[in-house]
Amino acid sequence: MARISRGFQGRRPQVDPDRVPPGQYVTRDFPVLSAGPTPHTPLDEWTFTIRGAVENPASWSWEEFVALPSETFTVDIHCVTKWSKLDTTWTGVSLDTLLEQAEPKAKFVLAFCDGGYTTNVPIADLMGGRAWIAYEYDGEPLEPEHGGPARLLVPHLYFWKSAKWVRGIELGDYDEPGFWEGYGYHNYGDPWKEQRYWND
Amino acid sequence: MRGPAVVWRYGTVTALIDESPHAKTIELEVPDWPGHAAGQHVDVRLTADDGYQAQRSYSIASAPEDPRLALTVERIDDGEVSPYLTSELRLGDELELRGPIGGHFTWRADDDGPLLLIAGGSGLVPLMAMLRHRAARSSEVDARLLVSARSLDDALYRNELETLAAADGVLLHRTFTREPPVGWTGFARRIDAQMLRAVGPAPAARPRIFVCGPTAFVERADDLLVELGHDPTTIRSERFGPTGG
Repeated sequence: MARISRGFQGRRPQVDPDRVPPGQYVTRDFPVLSAGPTPHTPLDEWTFTIRGAVENPASWSWEEFVALPSETFTVDIHCVTKWSKLDTTWTGVSLDTLLEQAEPKAKFVLAFCDGGYTTNVPIADLMGGRAWIAYEYDGEPLEPEHGGPARLLVPHLYFWKSAKWVRGIELGDYDEPGFWEGYGYHNYGDPWKEQRYWND
Repeated sequence: MRGPAVVWRYGTVTALIDESPHAKTIELEVPDWPGHAAGQHVDVRLTADDGYQAQRSYSIASAPEDPRLALTVERIDDGEVSPYLTSELRLGDELELRGPIGGHFTWRADDDGPLLLIAGGSGLVPLMAMLRHRAARSSEVDARLLVSARSLDDALYRNELETLAAADGVLLHRTFTREPPVGWTGFARRIDAQMLRAVGPAPAARPRIFVCGPTAFVERADDLLVELGHDPTTIRSERFGPTGG
């Protein structure tokens, strides 16, 4: 048990505590975390690609992508920098829809993005209605600083796994650490197990 | 997996220094501190007497060479943790923390330069660690710092920065966005392309660029730098707020 911080009262969350993972606090704002400049890729140059160990490599233009069957869903998001935001509403394409067409042949995924960002996720975590490529937030086009035109959304993992400015996923037989995973952040990142950093 | 665990430790507060009406430096003696690189941060955890805990991240202000670990914390009036750290914490108190964390927003003297540091408000903290490291290592890397602050009152580490400019060759530029000091003849506006051109160095020199501050400040600075022709891969940024702690 941690020692008591003399004189610290703290604030208890004004929400169901079961919705707030350990070490997180709830915010109504939408903070931004990025490691470099925000890319601004014109939509006519944008594609989303599935490559690597798949039966049918696939690539969609922006027009083709937004014509795919989409879902609007409400989820809680948890950033490793400690904030959580509840009941965020997004619209996008389920990874199930995309992977069904590509037919995966491997267990590991590296998402790649404009600006050079990458993050790794087991493919199992992208299936079963738990991951999307989102292009709207709260009914509006996703703003560039929040990852627009489109970002990966894997809300059951810490939010750095929900790669901004995502341009595709690559499947492979080896679990290759992505950008933050190589800089000391946890390889998997389950907020409920507080897997923030290596060995957490 | 992959590396050493980032374990929780207790540091003892050895000094508390008022840096501005809103910001305080907390100096800590941390047994077995594993060392850090300039630009990294720590997680701080507070525990109430009923076991409730709150965590936040704070940038390290001290150089790796400094004998004590220093954090500079800006008070956010409606925050949960920063009012405690800036008003309640006393000399001799223990503070639970773990780190260092982050490996992208870092500079080591051996990384060379030129170095272009751009700070908005308390975004100066991790950049100060870089300049202190540069001085500790007697590095002569071309280093330029642009600090944007609302007023002189809000400007952190004023005397030390003047010394670094005079004695260590740091090219110090300031802009005051709200209330410039009386008689001030320097920049007195939000950062813009002309200001960044005046600070330099030119994109052809391929400076290592570090930008830290509130989200809107960093978005603006990064966009301007890219428009000026700096390679986006040379720009490392750290954004904070609107919330925090």
